[in-house]
Amino acid sequence: MPEPALSIRGLSKVYGNQFHALKGIDLDVPEGDFFALLGPNGAGKSTTLGIVCSLVNKTAGQVKVFGTDIDTNFSLAKYHLGVVPQEFNFNQFEKVYDIVLTQAGYYGIPMKEARPRARQLLEDLGLWDKRDDGARMLSGGMKRRLMIARALIHRPRLLILDEPTAGVDIELRRSMWEYMRRINQEEGTTIILTTHYLEEAESLCRNIAIINHGQIVKNTSMRALLTELDTETFILDVASPITTVPRVEGIELTRVDDAQLMLSVKKGQRLNDVFTVLSREGIDVVSMRNRANRLEELFVSLVHDQQAETGGIR
Amino acid sequence: MSQRQLLIALWTIVTKEVRRFMRIWPQTLLPPSITMTMYFIIFGNLIGQRVGEMDGVPYIDYIVPGLIMMSVITNSYSNVASSFFSNKFQRSVEEMVVSPMPDWIILLGFVIGGVARGLAVGAIVTAVSLFFTDVQVHHPLLTVLVVVLTAVLFSIGGFINSLLAKKFDDISIVPIFVLTPLTYLGGVFYSIHMLPDFWQMVSMINPILYMVNTFRYGILGVSDISAGGAMVAIVAFIVVLYALALWLLKRGQGIRS
Repeated sequence: MPEPALSIRGLSKVYGNQFHALKGIDLDVPEGDFFALLGPNGAGKSTTLGIVCSLVNKTAGQVKVFGTDIDTNFSLAKYHLGVVPQEFNFNQFEKVYDIVLTQAGYYGIPMKEARPRARQLLEDLGLWDKRDDGARMLSGGMKRRLMIARALIHRPRLLILDEPTAGVDIELRRSMWEYMRRINQEEGTTIILTTHYLEEAESLCRNIAIINHGQIVKNTSMRALLTELDTETFILDVASPITTVPRVEGIELTRVDDAQLMLSVKKGQRLNDVFTVLSREGIDVVSMRNRANRLEELFVSLVHDQQAETGGIR
Repeated sequence: MSQRQLLIALWTIVTKEVRRFMRIWPQTLLPPSITMTMYFIIFGNLIGQRVGEMDGVPYIDYIVPGLIMMSVITNSYSNVASSFFSNKFQRSVEEMVVSPMPDWIILLGFVIGGVARGLAVGAIVTAVSLFFTDVQVHHPLLTVLVVVLTAVLFSIGGFINSLLAKKFDDISIVPIFVLTPLTYLGGVFYSIHMLPDFWQMVSMINPILYMVNTFRYGILGVSDISAGGAMVAIVAFIVVLYALALWLLKRGQGIRS
């Protein structure tokens, strides 16, 4: 059986102010996976990834990258890793091309190999025209793409993306998704993604772990997680103002405003009854959509459940 | 990493560091040459003519080695301190931390960068001094050795300072309140034999006195102290500070949570 791309056992982190950021987490990310690590702010996502890429010292536990223990051969483990952090962490006064080439140098890649690789990456990410610009001149989205190019220059087997699309407009975000999908599927790069856009995780990732208060509260496949949803909520736009909300046996139908109804349906329930009743009452439905992202609902419910157990937000 | 990869990584840091201080030469190379020209004109030419000789050599010749060494010390120190702290401040130090480079390559790269600037400024000040004096080098090998080792020592010192610094003020405290007084009191402008016995003894605990005097011995052939003992002390300081810097890097002082 091949070694997982990332294997974490009993990982703990206590910061100097005695904040217990991680409480002995276990996690496996298979090779080739596109893996989402989700959690609210301060849950422990960045601490976990920081330990993996040596930006944070662990308190206890074991981390292996493709079977290499970071305590015994961190240099080899780090060679497999590419990191795109949450915050911009390059010299803002350096040129785009130099930032990528310098990173290649840190990995011991000769310039004659690094230059064509850097060019390819910058072209793929739409930054080649900006190669001679100082990094500070780039827009937020371009800076994020620069960090992706820099992280890929040594062709890592495991790419860690910590909120790579934060503050990026929708069109650009989708083109970045396509790029990430491509390197995962065509080049076999294992990707670990943290994001606050749950739509992003749902669209890209095959497996998911949810972390809260330093503990993994869910670790499963995206498909399995989504099947756990037992209720879906729809918004119905109606043609004429609603005066009274009709009652439908076993279905929750509420009025949002004059032109909208909200419909909550349990898994397996038929929608036909709703539309029959609405037609009978003279209410014409002109459009229908999901109220919110399905994963978002589940995420909120999981995190909320755990907060209720542990006594609320700390 | 293989030997070749290590060399490439080291070369990357060194060239980046040299490019940095060359790019901002009006801030790094120009000021010391102007300051030292002032010293040569005021202390060497104007006041020096009234002082006459010091330890048997004209006063302007006497202060040349001290002024060169002062430039090397302050520039090698501040180059590493400010460059590495800027990397910390902008978080670009993370580029190095996440890479497979061993800590000693990072340290060595910055130290070589600091030595390069220290020697570049030293060379400029030496060139300026030739407009005012025609000093001959008595012991070329010792002269080169002591200036390089001093630059290494203070580059490591600057590195440690930047690791411990939390804000920009912290990297200027040591140069202003420690290095400058020790350099001025380290026999740059006078022989310690001019001091009362008590202050001569106090001066002997100033490490910069040994470096300045050994360098002066290399150039002029005159010194207040033994050159051999000074070289041993400099090497010992380098070993101790290098070990300290590596230990701080390994535990992630100031760069890891």
